[in-house]
Amino acid sequence: MSLTDNLLAKNTVQLDSKIPAGPMADKWNSYKDNMKLVNPNNKRKFKVIVVGTGLAGASAAATLAELGYQVDAFTFHDSARRAHSIAAQGGINGAKNYKGDGDSIHRLFYDTVKGGDFRAREANVHRLAENSIDIIDQMVAQGVPFAREYGGLLDNRSFGGAQVSRTFYARGQTGQQLLLGAYQQFSRQVGLGGIRLFNRTELIDIVVIDGHASGIVVRDLVTGELQSHAAHAVVLATGGYGNAFFLSTNAMACNVTAAWRAHRKGALFANPCYTQIHPTCIPQSDDSQSKLTLMSESLRNDGRVWVPTNPDETRPAHEVPENERDYYLERLYPSFGNLAPRDISSRAAKRLVDKGLGVGPKKNGVYLDFAEAIQRLGREVVEERYGNLFQMYERIAGENPYEQPMRIYPASHYTMGGLWVDYELMTNIPGLYAAGEANFSDHGANRLGASALMQGLSDGYFVLPYTIGNYLAPMLNKAIPGTDHPEFKAAEEAARLRFNGYLAAGGTKSPDFFHRELGKIIWDYCGMERTEQGLEKALSEIPALYEEFKKDLRVTGTGESMNQTLEKAGRVDDFFQLGMLMCHDALDRKESCGGHFRAEYQTDDGEALRDDDNYCHVSAWEWGGDPMKPNLNVEKLEFEEVHLATRSYK
Amino acid sequence: MSNHLKNITLRIWRQAGPNVKGNFENHVIDEITDEASFLEMLDILNDKLVHEGKEAVVFDHDCREGICGTCSLMIDGQAHGPQRGTTACQLHMRQFKSNDTITVEPWRASAFPLIKDLMVDRSAFDRIIESGGFITADTGGAPDANLIPIPKVIADAAMDSAECIGCGACVAACPNGAANLFTGAKIAHLNRLPQGQAERYSRVEAMVETMDEHFGSCTNHGECEAACPKEISIDVIALMHKDYRKAKFSNRKDLARG
Repeated sequence: MSLTDNLLAKNTVQLDSKIPAGPMADKWNSYKDNMKLVNPNNKRKFKVIVVGTGLAGASAAATLAELGYQVDAFTFHDSARRAHSIAAQGGINGAKNYKGDGDSIHRLFYDTVKGGDFRAREANVHRLAENSIDIIDQMVAQGVPFAREYGGLLDNRSFGGAQVSRTFYARGQTGQQLLLGAYQQFSRQVGLGGIRLFNRTELIDIVVIDGHASGIVVRDLVTGELQSHAAHAVVLATGGYGNAFFLSTNAMACNVTAAWRAHRKGALFANPCYTQIHPTCIPQSDDSQSKLTLMSESLRNDGRVWVPTNPDETRPAHEVPENERDYYLERLYPSFGNLAPRDISSRAAKRLVDKGLGVGPKKNGVYLDFAEAIQRLGREVVEERYGNLFQMYERIAGENPYEQPMRIYPASHYTMGGLWVDYELMTNIPGLYAAGEANFSDHGANRLGASALMQGLSDGYFVLPYTIGNYLAPMLNKAIPGTDHPEFKAAEEAARLRFNGYLAAGGTKSPDFFHRELGKIIWDYCGMERTEQGLEKALSEIPALYEEFKKDLRVTGTGESMNQTLEKAGRVDDFFQLGMLMCHDALDRKESCGGHFRAEYQTDDGEALRDDDNYCHVSAWEWGGDPMKPNLNVEKLEFEEVHLATRSYK
Repeated sequence: MSNHLKNITLRIWRQAGPNVKGNFENHVIDEITDEASFLEMLDILNDKLVHEGKEAVVFDHDCREGICGTCSLMIDGQAHGPQRGTTACQLHMRQFKSNDTITVEPWRASAFPLIKDLMVDRSAFDRIIESGGFITADTGGAPDANLIPIPKVIADAAMDSAECIGCGACVAACPNGAANLFTGAKIAHLNRLPQGQAERYSRVEAMVETMDEHFGSCTNHGECEAACPKEISIDVIALMHKDYRKAKFSNRKDLARG
C-alpha cells in the first residue's frame, strides 16, 4: 500500500489550521484586527486553567490575569519558579537588528523555517519572528539583566544556525533570568488575587464535555487527593517529552503526562518522531547515571570541535599536534563551521565516535577546545562569557576546561513534536490549548538555538492572550458544566483506579528500572539514527516491556502521602505509550529531515534527504484506543514565502 | 579516571509527616563510582529500597544542573554539603572517601515546615516575591529595550544577585532561620536597575515586612553567604537595610503629601 492510500484510509479528523488569509507579513495583524473581543468588565466572568508554570505557562497566566480573566495555575513543582525553562543557558533570539548586521523579521523567519528543514507551518513561524521583538522589550521592562555593552546598550551574540548576531543573553543563565522575570510577573498576580496557584499538584486527566475542554482532574502530590477543576478554557504549557529517552538533559520530573492524557481524550499528537539531540552535552560517565547535562551551544562561538585523527590516540589533548587533529565541523561546513545547526553537528559527532575516534575514558565524546580562544581573547574574557558553564563542567566531569578541552557528546534535549495546534494554538479539542514545547507548531523537524525561550514567551505573552479571547467571547453568560458533572466524576474514578492499580501491582521492579530499559530501546532505535528494521524491533520490544511493566511493577508506600515512586509510575506508564507512537511516526516518515534521520534516506555525503513529494506534511496522530494502533491524519504544509530547498550549511 | 568508593554509610532523616516523630535511619552503599553525583547515590539507594519492598526516601530535586533550586539537603550539617558554591545535585562523590558516614537531613527552619523525610515546604519564599519582588510592567506596553542604557557595571551587579536560585540554603544555614539573603538578593537585583526605581521603596517595605512575618531576624552571622550555592554576597542585605530605612521616611513623606 502506498503512503497516499495509507493516508486516505486513515484521515479521521478534520484538521483546520485556521491560517488567516493575506500576505505572510500581514496575517497576524489581520488576525488581531478581526478577532472577537471580550469587554474588560466581562473578562472576570471567565475562568482559564493554565497547567505548567514555565516560560509559556507563567507568561500566559500572568498576562491573562492582567487582562482580568480568573486564572487557576497548576504546577507539580513546589514553586512556580522551578520549571525546566530555567535551565536554558545560551540565549533568546530577537530580530532587533541592534548590531546592524542585516537582521530582520523576514530573516529570522527564514532561518527558522530553513533550520526546521521545511517541516514547520510558515504562518506560525512568521508570527514568532514578529513577536520576538516585543519579547525583548517586555523582558527588559520586567528587569531581566541581559548582558550589556560598556555604553549601556544590549549585547548580542550569534548562535548555531544563524549568520547574524541576534541572540540576547544573561551570562549562561538566560533561561533562569527569563523564567524569573515571568515568574515575578506571575507572582504579582498571585499576590493581587488574579491567579490562584496550586503547587505540588499534578494533572492527571483532561475532561471533555460535549466536545469542549471543560476542566481537569489533578492529584495533590502531598496528600494524594484527587480534585476536579472546571473552566472555560484549558491551557497546557507542560513542556516536552525528551525524558522518554530516560537519559536526557531534561529535568528529572519532565514528563509527557499532560499532553498524553489530552491525546487519549482526542487531541492529536503531531510529529512525535521530531526530537532534538543536542550536540554539546557532557558524555555519560557510568551506567548508573540518571541525567545528562547540557553545555550551552553558545560555547561553540569560541570553542573548536575536534577529534584526533588516530583512533588509538592516547596522548592528552594538548599534546596532540595540529596536523593530527580533525576539526571536522570546520572541514565539512566551512561557512558555518563550529556553528552548524544542532542536528547536523550531532550526527557528525556520532559518525566519528561510531568510527572509534571518540575521546575520554569511554571513547564516547569529542573535544570542545578553548585553547585557541583563551590565547586570542585572554582567560578573563572567556571566563566572563562562559565562567559559570566552565564551573559546571568542572563540577561534573572533574576536569578543568581552562586547561584541557571539554568532552562533549549529543544527548536528547528538546522535542519539536507535540500536541497538534492550529494558528490559535488550540488543539483539535475546542477550548484546549497547548503552548511552548508542549505544542508542535514552530520548529518543524529541528529547532535552532535560542528559539525555545522565544517560542515559549511568544505563545504565552503575545499569542494566547489574544486567541483565547476570540474563543471565549461567544460564551459570555452561558453556563459551563461544573465539577459535579458525571464526566468529572468518571475521570476522577478512572484516576483513582489507575493509581491504586500501580500500588497493587505487587511486582518486583521499580518504575525507574522500567524507565531506564524503555529509554534504552527508544535511544537505540528511535534516537539519532533510525532504520525500518530498528523501528520494527522497537515496536516489538516496547509492547513486550510494557506488559512486563504492568505485571512486575512495584510501587512501595501509599497513595495518601508524598510518594515519588507512585508519581514516577504514572509518568513511565505514559512514556511507554508515547514511545510506541514515536516509533510508529518515525517508521511512517520514510524520509530524513532535521532531527529525524532515517539511514535509508541520505545523500551521498550522509546528509538528510527529504521527500517533499510525499512527506511535506504534519503527521498528526489520533489515539486509536490501543497505543499500537494510532490513526494517522495529515496537514499539508504549503510554502509560499520560503522555497523548498535542500538545506545546506556548507 | 573514575575510582570507586566503598562502604559509605548514609545516616538519613526519615519522617512520615509534619506531625509525627522522625528519626535517623542508616543505609550502607557498598560501592559507588566517584563520578556519581550525590543525588544519583540517593537514586541508587531508593531503587534498592523499592526492590526490598521499602518506601523510598522522599527528597526534592529536579534539574540536576544547579539552577532550578529544588534540591535542598543538609549534608553533614552543611547546606548542600561540603563543596563551596555548589548545590547538592552538583556535588559529586569524589568529594567523599571510602568508609565515610554521611548525615543527610532536611532544611530545618520554622518557616519551612517539613512535608516528608527530606522534603520541606518553602512556599514562604513565594509569599515574599508576591508581596513586591517584581517590576510592574503589564504585558504589551514596554518601550524599546535599548531606550534606557544601563551601565554595564549596574547590569552586572544586578545579575550577580539575580542569580539566586531560591533554594533556601541561606535560611537553613542561619541560626535564626532568617531569609535576609534571599530577600536582599531580589531587592538588590530590582532596586539597582533603572526599571525598578518607580517601586523601589514600596518594594523594599512590602518585601521586608512579609519576610518578617515568616522568618527569623538577621544577626549578622554570615552563614548564609557561606552556604549560598551561587555565592551571593551578604552586601545585598546592607543594601536592603539602607533602602528599607529610606523607605520608612520616603514613603511616609510621599503618602502624606496632601
